[in-house]
Amino acid sequence: MESDNAALPRWEHFPHVADVGVRGVGKSREEAFIQAAVALTAVVTDPAGVAPRQAVDLVAEGADDVLLVAWLDAVIYEMTTRRMLFSRFEITFVAGGARGRAWGEPVDVARHQPVVEVKAATFAELAVCRQPDGLWLAQCVVDV
Amino acid sequence: MDVASLEKISDYAWRVPRSGRMRVPGVIYADEPLLRAMDDKVLQQVRNVAALPGIVGASYAMPDAHWGYGFPIGGVAAFDPAEGGVVSAGGVGFDISCGVRTLLTGLTRAEVEPHKAALAGTLYRHLPAGVGSTGGVHLSEAAMDDMLCRGARWAVDAGFGDVADLARVEEHGAVAGADPAAVSALAKRRQRDELGTLGSGNHYAEVQEVERVFDTAAAAAFGLAAGEVVLSIHCGSRGLGHQIGTDYLTRMVAAAAQHGISLTDRELACAPIESALGREYLGAMRAGINCALANRQVLTHLARQAFAEVFPQAQLRLLYDVSHNTCKVEEHVVGGARRRLHVHRKGATRALGPGHAALPPELRATGQPVLIGGSMGTASYILVGDARSEAAAFASACHGAGRTMSRTEATRRWQGREVVRSLESQGVLVRSPSLRGVAEEAPGAYKDVSAVVEASEGAGLARRVARVRPMVCIKG
Repeated sequence: MESDNAALPRWEHFPHVADVGVRGVGKSREEAFIQAAVALTAVVTDPAGVAPRQAVDLVAEGADDVLLVAWLDAVIYEMTTRRMLFSRFEITFVAGGARGRAWGEPVDVARHQPVVEVKAATFAELAVCRQPDGLWLAQCVVDV
Repeated sequence: MDVASLEKISDYAWRVPRSGRMRVPGVIYADEPLLRAMDDKVLQQVRNVAALPGIVGASYAMPDAHWGYGFPIGGVAAFDPAEGGVVSAGGVGFDISCGVRTLLTGLTRAEVEPHKAALAGTLYRHLPAGVGSTGGVHLSEAAMDDMLCRGARWAVDAGFGDVADLARVEEHGAVAGADPAAVSALAKRRQRDELGTLGSGNHYAEVQEVERVFDTAAAAAFGLAAGEVVLSIHCGSRGLGHQIGTDYLTRMVAAAAQHGISLTDRELACAPIESALGREYLGAMRAGINCALANRQVLTHLARQAFAEVFPQAQLRLLYDVSHNTCKVEEHVVGGARRRLHVHRKGATRALGPGHAALPPELRATGQPVLIGGSMGTASYILVGDARSEAAAFASACHGAGRTMSRTEATRRWQGREVVRSLESQGVLVRSPSLRGVAEEAPGAYKDVSAVVEASEGAGLARRVARVRPMVCIKG
């Protein structure tokens, strides 16, 4: 599954034999992190079908090299404890981590047809970098 | 996998010679076709595990091994605290104590077949499954801590199931040394509404028919006969276990340098067993094991209620409950000496051979039931621990079929509705809240479980007792 290939920012999934890789691409590190979170939602359901009705604050703490995992874990925690799905995100990097917000709605099994719970973000295939073409990429495998 | 660097020990065992930072060799148990089909990353991960401090004997991979996080899925490794051995959050994984339990129903296929649809419906109603589902048990803080210390024993005391069940659960239903204080508030919050839920992904509850018996004596000892029906439940420690994994993986990565450990892969995150963080993780991880045991016990109770609606006379007796993502303190003989080791099994099942003192008396002469989940379209197996498994891999065997195809690829190939229809035409009723979930779990996305168990038998890990075929599958 992926968003429009040429569009920016964009998200995509990359294959892992047992689980799923999530990847965000954008013009900034912020955009890449946000798109990786949309890709996370897309593991569970089509993000286009999730109405951004309700906002939830997100806090992620960690060193730069592992912050993406902490960011996705923060989203996973809110998804599972609130039983919500999110389709819109914002993020601000701060000293020692990131602050953000997610907009979404409670899971509606009939409408969202949620596929699978995400257990955790992992360090497998973890990469956050600015590519030669100047675009930022943020990716890792998530355990389902 | 490129097998050029491996030394063939037998038709079912391959040695990975020491190289680089490896402290011990690796051993991969598989026949040649399974070995060749394995990802090269399995070999790399076997080597990486062999380089961890205090590892004893060898770094093992089971016949169903595939690319995991840090450790391969299907990895077994034992560590000695006296030699600076480590405990690894990555070596246990996020779904702490995920496992399988199988119940005997005393019913025959002929009795169940006419009522299969009704049974599928009532099981689907009773067993909360899938994303966003909640259980009917909501625990106070004190009750949560009690559950984390006493596992399935807590569940039985709370009215879920029978005292007789406990003898058929590893550790008699609760592992000692759990420390609820080492479990974060986030982890406990994640568990608040999830006790007695199945989860999603490859987790299931299946009504299965014993299709073939391989070992009549062991089958009789287990209470299995061809044509009879069993119920198997595959699930783990739910949100609590996932969050413990997340919390400690992060902490172990951050603390590695301070423990003098250099990680070739962050997912190998570990801490010395004899360190504050190592002890804390062990306390939390054991609480996670008990949570999984309690969860499967609550689900057993719910499944019994469901069966009673359709078959009021049925008595569901627990055959056995195994966990396949754990780290346990066990005694093993290595190089002629008995040692207390921390044995990690990541996607591997404990497989005690005949005579082991930890087995209930009525199973002691036979050995431990080893419950292997297949895919919803093919088969699952019930094996018995082989006496040789102790020497082969610290008494361990495979845990399932293992995926052979990514979820992305599976949804590209199959439609959920098609999969459900095709299984129904083969006599398997699937009930799931998610059709895409069913497509991702399509039988074709899994390895041939028969090849995996045959290799386990050939390698002397566990012998086949019976093959069971699904009749009803409840998928999360």
